[in-house]
Amino acid sequence: MFASLPDAAGPQVAVTVDGKTVAVPPGASVAAALLLAGAVPSRTTAVSAAPRAPYCMMGVCFECLVEIDGVAERQACMVTAAEGMRVRRTPRSSSIERS
Amino acid sequence: MSECYDFAIIGAGPAGMAAAITAAELGLRTAVLDEQEAPGGQIYRAIERVTQNHPRRLAILGDDYAAGLALVRAFRACSADYLPGSTVWQVEQPLGILYSARGKSRRLRSRRTLIATGAMERPMPLAGWTLPGVMTAGAAQIALKSAGAVPQGRVVLVGCGPLLLLLAWQLLQADVRVCAIVDTSTSGARRRAARHLPSALMAPGHVGKGLRYIRMLREAGIPMLNHVENVQLNGKERVQEVVVTHGGKDERLGADVVLLHQGLVPNANLGWALRCEHGWNEAQRCFVPRTDAWGLASLDEFQFAGDCAGIGGAHAAEQTGRLAALEAAHRLARIDRAERDARARAPLGALRRHRRIRPLLEALYRPGDRYVAPEQDDVIVCRCEEASAGDIRRTVALGCPGPNQMKAFVRCGMGPCQGRMCGLTVTELMAAARNVAPGDIGYYRIRPPIKPLALGELAALELE
Repeated sequence: MFASLPDAAGPQVAVTVDGKTVAVPPGASVAAALLLAGAVPSRTTAVSAAPRAPYCMMGVCFECLVEIDGVAERQACMVTAAEGMRVRRTPRSSSIERS
Repeated sequence: MSECYDFAIIGAGPAGMAAAITAAELGLRTAVLDEQEAPGGQIYRAIERVTQNHPRRLAILGDDYAAGLALVRAFRACSADYLPGSTVWQVEQPLGILYSARGKSRRLRSRRTLIATGAMERPMPLAGWTLPGVMTAGAAQIALKSAGAVPQGRVVLVGCGPLLLLLAWQLLQADVRVCAIVDTSTSGARRRAARHLPSALMAPGHVGKGLRYIRMLREAGIPMLNHVENVQLNGKERVQEVVVTHGGKDERLGADVVLLHQGLVPNANLGWALRCEHGWNEAQRCFVPRTDAWGLASLDEFQFAGDCAGIGGAHAAEQTGRLAALEAAHRLARIDRAERDARARAPLGALRRHRRIRPLLEALYRPGDRYVAPEQDDVIVCRCEEASAGDIRRTVALGCPGPNQMKAFVRCGMGPCQGRMCGLTVTELMAAARNVAPGDIGYYRIRPPIKPLALGELAALELE
């Protein structure tokens, strides 16, 4: 969905998204990594299982919630990608049971 | 833990940085808390790294972005304590500022506090705006600034406002093909804006810059669809097309990425949570905290500066930050009134000059009624809880007078974003449905913590 500018070349940071390695420029957020990897939708909603993906990239919309290094429901746009980070897309926000 | 600062500043954008520089100069013990890892706010995001390592990206982003480096450098050089990566989740007296940094909650105390939390994009609830691939224009800018990432495939821009034109120009510099700009500004806006042109021309550089962007976009052959009656976004797993109604006919544009923008509004949850008084600003179509010329809030120890006190842009924000710091120093008996006023002369003059552009922009890019309060019942308003415009109108029919009664029925505004993405839409919808002024409808009662917080982290908070 997004591509790196040629000037983003140089040392990269490797993270995994659902087990697949993605190289992103230093300083990129996990949400940017999702966009660069095309890992979209990045979650589905608890209410209707609708697909969602990063929307605001600045911490206000809470659409980019994913699991990062085993911690669920993190705002991917507020976390800087770090070497070896394990990101898992959220199949369905399952933390709340709804009838 | 028990040390008390004279002045705490929340936010390291133009307002927060300028306030910190001024306050430190006047000898105030100053702390700056900011969510990001580096100073600059959204506007000058990643400016240090981009300047140092990415000359092409710097050229793409343009001169106004590059100019932010001077302020960031001055901020780095000042004696204020800078706490990056710090998310403030609660402020209250006498407890202090509670914030989360590196997975731990901490407390900071201050005699005075400046809220400089900037702006966010006004929600633009269109049919299909929750689809993956639909993002804000600001989001694309952030991806570009911090990751050198640009949208791929067929890119369509929808909305109105200077930021949309700036982004289109930046994408043009980055060799990204923008398929179309769908202009949602209201008909007659140009006529209404015209009378503000003489004043706007006195604001340094703004009008010329805007016209230059428009000319370059035209020369590049980017189609502009004007006088649009409706916009709908379609797709399944991702957005696939933009359906634009104009002249009573539907035009279908294939799209892989759709970027929305209809102006900025204050990023206001902290002020609401503090119960600072707010008022409806009709020209800006949003609530703003009640402040005086020095940014003093309705609560004594608090001040606002920058866009969170009403949208004025980066240059104006810088000046309001300076003025707020001068008033703080005066209130803390560091400078007398005469010195405050003497030092305020230059920032006040600059602020007046920069503000001259606002009436023109506010009239020209006033968001249309249908884009702030969707007419179709099935348009999602609350992205978190998936409440629709129809859901909210039904609560009005049930007799709900405002957002705080409404949400008990449909959970609108009760998801993780805490009303940030639906608050203004709800106010506008209920105002239209009840035929009263938005200011009389009011806003959500925002409660702390204003950012979600792990229970374990809260429990581990040490208050000595």
